[in-house]
Amino acid sequence: MASRFMNWVDARFPATQLWNEHIGEYYAPKNFNVWYYFGSLAMLVLANQLLTGIWLAMFYKPSAAAAFGSVAYIMRDVEWGWLIRYMHSTGASFFFIVVYLHMFRALLYGSYRKPRELLWIFGCLIFLALMAEAFMGYVLPWGNMSYWGAQVIISLFSAIPVVGEQLTTWIRGDFVIGDATLNRFFALHVVALPFVLVGLVIAHIMALHHVGSNNPDGIEIKANKGSDGHPVDGIPFHPYYTVKDLFGVGVFLTLFAAVIFFAPEFGGFFLEPPNFTEANPSVTPEHIAPVWYFTPFYAMLRAINFQLFGIDAKLLGVITMFGAVLILFVLPWLDRSKVKSIRYKGIIFKVMLAALVVSFLILGYIGTQAPSPLLTTIAQICTAIYFAFFLLMPFYSVLDRTKPVPERVTG
Amino acid sequence: MSKEGVDVGKRRFLTTATAAVGGVGAAFVATPFVKSWMPSARARAAGAPVEVNIAALEEGALVSVTWRGKPVWVVRRSQDMLDTLEQVKPELADPESQTDQQPEYCRNPHRSIEPAVLVMVGICTHLGCSPKFRPDAGGGQLSYSGFFCPCHGSKFDIAGRVYSGVPAPLNMVVPPHRYEGDDLIVVGEDPNQGGEEAA
Repeated sequence: MASRFMNWVDARFPATQLWNEHIGEYYAPKNFNVWYYFGSLAMLVLANQLLTGIWLAMFYKPSAAAAFGSVAYIMRDVEWGWLIRYMHSTGASFFFIVVYLHMFRALLYGSYRKPRELLWIFGCLIFLALMAEAFMGYVLPWGNMSYWGAQVIISLFSAIPVVGEQLTTWIRGDFVIGDATLNRFFALHVVALPFVLVGLVIAHIMALHHVGSNNPDGIEIKANKGSDGHPVDGIPFHPYYTVKDLFGVGVFLTLFAAVIFFAPEFGGFFLEPPNFTEANPSVTPEHIAPVWYFTPFYAMLRAINFQLFGIDAKLLGVITMFGAVLILFVLPWLDRSKVKSIRYKGIIFKVMLAALVVSFLILGYIGTQAPSPLLTTIAQICTAIYFAFFLLMPFYSVLDRTKPVPERVTG
Repeated sequence: MSKEGVDVGKRRFLTTATAAVGGVGAAFVATPFVKSWMPSARARAAGAPVEVNIAALEEGALVSVTWRGKPVWVVRRSQDMLDTLEQVKPELADPESQTDQQPEYCRNPHRSIEPAVLVMVGICTHLGCSPKFRPDAGGGQLSYSGFFCPCHGSKFDIAGRVYSGVPAPLNMVVPPHRYEGDDLIVVGEDPNQGGEEAA
């Protein structure tokens, strides 16, 4: 009966074919480790954000007059509204935790290398769209940090020569941040960017399943196929990795629920204290800091307090900040090492990667702090290290002494 | 697609022509979507020029009006205040108003059209707080009369020029403005802009 029904469907829609291509007969390397949880977890958080987001939109009012009150209404009066909102706000932070770890995995094992360049670029686009989505989402509660965060971020565009001022007016839809700005951010956050994100995720997964997954050894398992035509080092995604990922989901949801129930503000890192007062154009918060996931890039922006090549400090800071994200796109062409995985790379790469991670974390910390001359100097050094990791890669990846790569994947 | 008996050149021409015409059409269709993001008629009306009558403004006093959601100050400076503009120069970051924080017609030692009358947006160039007017130099906060920002301690002279060594990077903004007669200032219009817009 069931098979007859599936035959009927398959004659009209490639249901079984899709299942086999992407799950049932998608052969993934058998040596995935703990770093390989974060792709599926990112999908889980995306689903969480979409679901809770749709529900929040049922109660939220996108106007400067009503937004702050409607969030308080969700938190106090809507049945279970507090939980849905905390799932969404905590989900935003967890989205970035998961995505940063997912990106770090790619750096570890060279998952951006040929033939996965487009897979990596789709991933970078997802990161970019996610940052835009998170920024606009943070404006919606119309708290005072929402307002001043938007003020700072939108005025970044005024650094662009000639068209800058006109561009910021165009983004704001008014001469000051106000109702028009909030209303369009709502439309972008709730309709436009989710479409873009989901589309990019589909492209990301299609590219992945087309070229096949990388693995901790950085070996192409498709190069070694058995008599059945499947890679000898591959196992079907279902049931092996569906079950493995389910375990990861269990661990993840435990941590996620713990934060939602016991520390949804996470000490001011997930929801900042000034955001518990309504947006007020005449009162600037003592210290404007973005949410933690933007602080490394914000620290780079502030670190640039000098002019160079006749470009003033403000514009140079903006270029540096956006450059820090955009440089990720060309990573596949910067790495000229003979091997993909860190397991077979030499000491130079390991030192550079460690320096990158440490600098990024320090920048993240500095971005949360009020500026001081000492912190600015440290931020300048860390920014230089961040860019050195990428810009010097064409040289050190060739100089580095690599180890021979085995034929088959190891444990 | 079979290419037999096909005039490939003609096909390529027609494809290119269709794409080009379609592209122009798409650009036209994009216009309303892009333009709709500009300030609406309502927002523009709220951002219209405002008039300030300074006939009754006494020497050393400040009057504040709102233009485009921001406070705009008009100060009638005394001769004593104007004299400090030269004395304070060594303490300033940009004494000659090199940065583009004022219209060309106010790029002068007193940063104004009428030497005595300062017209300025009352927003600190650091993080947008509103500085305090300190005609008496604020009891030691400033060397001479000027403006002091209580948020992060930025200091400005009586022409809105920023002191060096404070968080604010730039002189305060002088908005476009013009005089209609001796005592009526129109904030938001340049001197060469006629009355058509206001009419």
